[in-house]
Amino acid sequence: MSQALLSSITVFVLSAFLGIELISRVPALLHTPLMSGTNAIHGIVLVGAMLIAGSADSTLEQALAFVAVVFATINVVGGFLVTDRMLEMFKRRPERPEEPE
Amino acid sequence: MILAVSQTTINFAYLVAGVCLIVGIKRLSSPGTARSGNVVAAVGMAIAIVFTLISPEIDTYWLIVAGVAVGAVIGVASARMVRMTAMPQMVALFNGVGGGAAALIAAAEFHRLAPAAGHVLPEHIGAMLFSALIGSISFSGSLVAFGKLQELLPGRPIVFEGQQIVNGLLFAALLGVGVLAGSTEAGVWAVVLLLGALLFGVLLVLPIGGADMPVVISLLNAFTGLAAASTGFVLENTALIIGGTLVGASGTLLTILMGRAMNRSLANVLFGAFGAPVAAGAATAGDAEAASYREVSAEDCAVMLAYANRVVIVPGYGLAVAQAQHGVRELADLLEKRGVDVKYAIHPVAGRMPGHMNVLLAEANVPYPQLYDMEDINPEFPRTDVALVIGANDVTNPAAREDPESPLYGMPILNVDASANVVVLKRSMNPGFAGIDNDLFYRPNTAMLFGDAKDSVERLIAAVKAA
Repeated sequence: MSQALLSSITVFVLSAFLGIELISRVPALLHTPLMSGTNAIHGIVLVGAMLIAGSADSTLEQALAFVAVVFATINVVGGFLVTDRMLEMFKRRPERPEEPE
Repeated sequence: MILAVSQTTINFAYLVAGVCLIVGIKRLSSPGTARSGNVVAAVGMAIAIVFTLISPEIDTYWLIVAGVAVGAVIGVASARMVRMTAMPQMVALFNGVGGGAAALIAAAEFHRLAPAAGHVLPEHIGAMLFSALIGSISFSGSLVAFGKLQELLPGRPIVFEGQQIVNGLLFAALLGVGVLAGSTEAGVWAVVLLLGALLFGVLLVLPIGGADMPVVISLLNAFTGLAAASTGFVLENTALIIGGTLVGASGTLLTILMGRAMNRSLANVLFGAFGAPVAAGAATAGDAEAASYREVSAEDCAVMLAYANRVVIVPGYGLAVAQAQHGVRELADLLEKRGVDVKYAIHPVAGRMPGHMNVLLAEANVPYPQLYDMEDINPEFPRTDVALVIGANDVTNPAAREDPESPLYGMPILNVDASANVVVLKRSMNPGFAGIDNDLFYRPNTAMLFGDAKDSVERLIAAVKAA
């Protein structure tokens, strides 16, 4: 096994444990925003899509890479914005002035 | 390359980005810090993207710039325009394109490397094929989930004879094709694998009922994470491995947590064909009770509410669809002014995603402390004068407790039937999202108030003011 593969596996295994630990005590209230937030995070495939698009040689590769970049960007941008919209609503609302009876 | 940046610098930036993602997820899992957590994760993402752009591995930019521009416009527009009630299908769609991107990366990389047969490391081939397989399943599965939630496809399970055998055989065949593609490095097998995986994603989600979609989306979310991590193995990129694996792992746990809230195992959700025995269940409910239910007028209901001591409001997806959440808050405020104790009972899977109802009520500025989880509110129902069920159905069905024949049996429910009076606001007697008849409607202490939830709530407000 190459050193590169071994360090990839190390990162993978540690990240897997971390991913489980991080959300093990999340209240049900946050399940939807959390799913949406992690959904945005796997938009990190954009990094891969950019690397492919930046070095694509043939037309087929360029076409595949272009669609991959578009898809991944939608995932990242849309994901974070939608999560923010959800969480914006959880902000503590300002005390409303007492309405006279 | 724009700047001369060494690979070491870039890898260091990936480490910083990874830490941001981890801190972001951590903060996302607590109510007070969630919004900042999303920002921290987005900053981490931005760092990873910027440093990738200045990487020496990138020769040409026009393709990236064009792709990001198109994607950003679509992403911003759809995230801005989507209504809060349609959030689950939006998440499904964003998830699907992420999975699609991972599969496309794998396909492009396979095309680039495969002609040099024997030069490709076996782990790279394996990771490519895994990414293509899982990414494609996530893509097509998410599209079907979107179609069901958007009601472009029927929400009920679509089942046919021998479906599980077909799915099992198809999956086995896909593994075989994967082995062939890996050993021969022939493009034709890779294409067969991609197409077969797309078909499998469709077949996997079709038999699952609309009510179970959140669990499926969460599972596919984890799939996309794993597909992204797998592309990280192909490209030997730590940012991809960290980001993808974090989502793969946390998404798997989240899926299990959601399943647990419904008292169902993942296998049961995926292969149970929820709702298949419904025809039988609905028939017995129909002929045994001869469907005798009691209707109540808004005025009578308003009097009940106005002179009650304790009222529990049970909101469901129907409330959100009718955009009645603001009216409900107004009604609750009116009742509180009259000295009525008002609480909201939130079932963990009310709405179309766990926590969806909290989001919708937060949108209407309903204060946190009035929202009660199932465990906290269930002991309160026997002391409750009126339980007002607005657009919720399956999560109140007593059959889940009492009828071992019911497909809902075993799911924890809100025990609204224990309160002195139950008023159900509903458009008609049609069954709920899971397609299962609700015993609750035929109970002697239950009354039905028919109509669009928003109209009914407005009539109640007017009547309470007059009472």
